[in-house]
Amino acid sequence: MITVRGLHKTFRVAKRSTGLGQAVKALFHREYKAIEALKDISFSIEPGEIVGYIGPNGAGKSTTIKVMSGILVPDSGICSIMGYTPWEQRVSYVKHIGVVFGQRSQLWWDVPVIDSFELLRDIYKVPETEYQSNLSLLTETLDLQELLGIPVRQLSLGQRMRCEIAASLLHSPSVLFLDEPTIGLDAMSKIAVRRFIQTINAERGVTVILTTHDMSDIEALASRIILIGKGRLLHDGSLQGLRSQFSTRKVITADYRTCHRPLAIPGAAILSWSPERAQFSINTGEIVVSEVLAALSSQVELLDVTIDGQPIEDLIIQLYKEHQLS
Amino acid sequence: MRMYWSVFKLRLYNGLQYRSAALAGIVTQFFWGFIAIMVFEAFYSQALSQPPMSLPELISYIWLKQAFLILVILWLRDSELSDLITSGNIAYDLCRPSGIYNFWYAKLLAQRLSGAALRCSPILIISFFLPHPYRLMSPPDSFAFWLFIISLLLGLLLVTAISMLIYISVFATLSPSGSFLMFAVLGEFLSGMIVPIPLLPQWLQQILYALPFHFTADFPFRVYSGHIPASEALVGIGIQMIWLAVLFVVGKWLMSRALRNIVVQGG
Repeated sequence: MITVRGLHKTFRVAKRSTGLGQAVKALFHREYKAIEALKDISFSIEPGEIVGYIGPNGAGKSTTIKVMSGILVPDSGICSIMGYTPWEQRVSYVKHIGVVFGQRSQLWWDVPVIDSFELLRDIYKVPETEYQSNLSLLTETLDLQELLGIPVRQLSLGQRMRCEIAASLLHSPSVLFLDEPTIGLDAMSKIAVRRFIQTINAERGVTVILTTHDMSDIEALASRIILIGKGRLLHDGSLQGLRSQFSTRKVITADYRTCHRPLAIPGAAILSWSPERAQFSINTGEIVVSEVLAALSSQVELLDVTIDGQPIEDLIIQLYKEHQLS
Repeated sequence: MRMYWSVFKLRLYNGLQYRSAALAGIVTQFFWGFIAIMVFEAFYSQALSQPPMSLPELISYIWLKQAFLILVILWLRDSELSDLITSGNIAYDLCRPSGIYNFWYAKLLAQRLSGAALRCSPILIISFFLPHPYRLMSPPDSFAFWLFIISLLLGLLLVTAISMLIYISVFATLSPSGSFLMFAVLGEFLSGMIVPIPLLPQWLQQILYALPFHFTADFPFRVYSGHIPASEALVGIGIQMIWLAVLFVVGKWLMSRALRNIVVQGG
């Protein structure tokens, strides 16, 4: 469905230095710096997948999305989506994709939402019956009924984002690119957007590629993640795979009947201790959880035990550090 | 085709929301029309030789200019389009299954037509019933009138094609006000919007007739009054079409070049 191979993109940026003297100098002679936004990015995506495309700010996520949606022309590399090369067959290709840029708007600011939708219907030449059935599905699942008659300028961010997503799906695309669709949304709207993405993926088999900084989006939606940093591909696989590969640290919290004697468990580091409660950090590569529990129960009378894996955010930070990205 | 009609409808609808702007525009255009007429009247009363354009012809020229201002001024700026370029929101327009050139051309055309739709008829009607020297005269015959309509519409297409070049230049300059200021001052003078071209010195006239600007405003307004006779007008209409074709080709080529080098930054 989507094949990306060896994608490179370099931006030429004028160097700016501080100070008036430097600024005046730059009027006559400007130095340029090449910024490699994408370095040899390759991956392929099957139909019906939901892929989380993640990475720190400036990693090249949006650049990849823009290349894949035909907006930017890469320096080199192959990108084939449904048999099209986006930047070469832009006009015939874009009929098959929907794009949402979370930080931009495609709706006309001064007119009711429904007018923008009707313009999109005509731009994409969507047949009336298809348009009506798409519109009613979108209205229902995204709860838009009351918003359609309101000018876009009067909508809240969450309301507008729901309309933006609907606008990108009116022409029944088979691939949907979502560039930070949940940016700035409250918990309710986030959940609504997520549920919707799941629905269209399950019911219509829409392939979804989504970038986000919100790891709970990824955990809720994406079975597969592609992690990039500084323009390079760092990880491509399942979230669980990433977890088992990198997350060997677990935190064990134990509550027990008051015991004033400090605990000592071989192979586990104590994070905190009180007469009623203690927290340990262990590395599952070195010691098995059951051994720690056995040692614990031999020393105190356990009341409750919780074992926490590493939160996904920490995992990402750790990954960035390993690749020296942060 | 349906898409362009749809863009036009939405634009018209958008433009109709600004009724008070249209009303203010009408009042301003009347005001300027009267000032211009009085200034020229003063000059004409002191003229030593017969001016190359009669006063009634000149007055008609001014009223037509005021009525169709939105159709023919080069500096009419659609800040939405230039914002698309500078803010990077053009990303969305690039995701549409249509050429950007045609799409934007339709938007600009619609903006002009929707602006003029509200403004032109009150000015035309009132100026038609003004007392004698200030009156908009009727064209010499119906043939001249039809030639005027055709040349005005071609002029509209022409000025839109020229303004597309300004928007394309924004890709390079990233400063819409800079691009527009330059073109606006120059374009307004070159198209005879400040002083009708026949009243300019001979040598300057030769230059202006060789440029496309004169065909956007000066030409149709003089066709109306019969100052340009029908036979000449037909030739002029032919030249308008040639200019139009040239500007389309050049504009599309420049646009495709600009799009290949585009950099959409941020988010």
